[in-house]
Amino acid sequence: MARDGGVSCLRSSEMMSVGIGKMESPPLELDEVHVLAVDDSLVDRIVIERLLRITSCKVTAVDSGWRALEFLGLDNEKASAELDRLKVDLIITDYCMPGMTGYELLKKIKESSSFRQVPVVIMSSENVLTRIDRCLEEGAEDFLLKPVKLADVKRLRSYLTRDVKLSNANKRKLLEHSVPIQTSLPPPSSPDSSDSSRPLTNSPESSDSSPPLSPVEIFSSPLSSPIDDEDDDVLPSSPESSPTPEESPVRRQKMGSPGLLD
Amino acid sequence: MDSLVAQLQMQYRNYVLSLYQQGFLDDQFTELKSLQDDGSPDFVSEVLSLFFDDCVKLVGNMARALDQTGTVDFSQVGASVHQLKGSSSSVGAKRVKGLCINFKELCEAKNYEGCVRCLQQVDIEYKTLKAKLQDMFNLEKQIVQAGGIVPQVDIK
Repeated sequence: MARDGGVSCLRSSEMMSVGIGKMESPPLELDEVHVLAVDDSLVDRIVIERLLRITSCKVTAVDSGWRALEFLGLDNEKASAELDRLKVDLIITDYCMPGMTGYELLKKIKESSSFRQVPVVIMSSENVLTRIDRCLEEGAEDFLLKPVKLADVKRLRSYLTRDVKLSNANKRKLLEHSVPIQTSLPPPSSPDSSDSSRPLTNSPESSDSSPPLSPVEIFSSPLSSPIDDEDDDVLPSSPESSPTPEESPVRRQKMGSPGLLD
Repeated sequence: MDSLVAQLQMQYRNYVLSLYQQGFLDDQFTELKSLQDDGSPDFVSEVLSLFFDDCVKLVGNMARALDQTGTVDFSQVGASVHQLKGSSSSVGAKRVKGLCINFKELCEAKNYEGCVRCLQQVDIEYKTLKAKLQDMFNLEKQIVQAGGIVPQVDIK
């Protein structure tokens, strides 16, 4: 695969049709995969951008959830109706950002008619199962642990070039390989906009209509305020299992007392 | 000419190995290196440069937050520590990252003395790393100028 960092790379369709009689599924009929990357850290943006470019994606990187919505035309309903649908094939966002978290951005995307089908991947530096679950249940395609590596991005890329319906069960198995923590959270009774039009992300364990959020989980305060991941309190003291050295970089970090960004 | 290149290459290898062995760098740095190629030959130095800019900014924030006579907003300090922890992790700055982990705990414990001490350590540590990497990049330049290729250093 050409690694010139630009867009003139071998397209997956070209690669697949070489010497192969039968293709398992038609590749996406587009020239480039366009990824929207969202991260408040400049360093992380540069890195993720590079990772994506190397895997032949066109990248738009923004520094906040608001800018992401702006880019997608979702900040203004009227505007989005006028826009020719912007072609975004994947959205990858940091979880913990000031102003609007990746989770909130995920929700907004899944609530929109134009973009709810776009796979959304969450990145986080903390391997918190409740967080992972919450995101998957809200419709996230995948959850990557930072620092993100090329192998992670290549795996993502493979979602976009084959018609794979990865069930949530498989993903959770991959992610919770060594985690014994129970994550039964009381489902608040709030209307859920998620419906069956999320074929790739239905968790077999929990019903679609139970976003497991405590109402306090609103990261709307600026950086300087304490930000609390309340759900983590709910967990029994987690016996940290030893990190498993395999393909999913599940690194366990002991959570200190809440009150800080994590 | 050949022996100069070989000498420089050996010097380079040893130097890079020592950076890993002494815990300055971890495998994320290796990962970044693997993303560099002829099309993006300065990728690593560019990212590291941004990282060090980040360090200056965040250390400044932490210092200001800790400099409040009266009540220190530890969550504000913690927020900057969190950011620094994130970016140091992303570039493979292992020691800086380790310090940030300690620093985070000190913030949570609202340990003022501890925080001030840790901040000083962070300041020293990122500057040390910056100097070391500058030396590394200089060696790379010398190798190339001498007509050689910068060797891949096998960390194992």
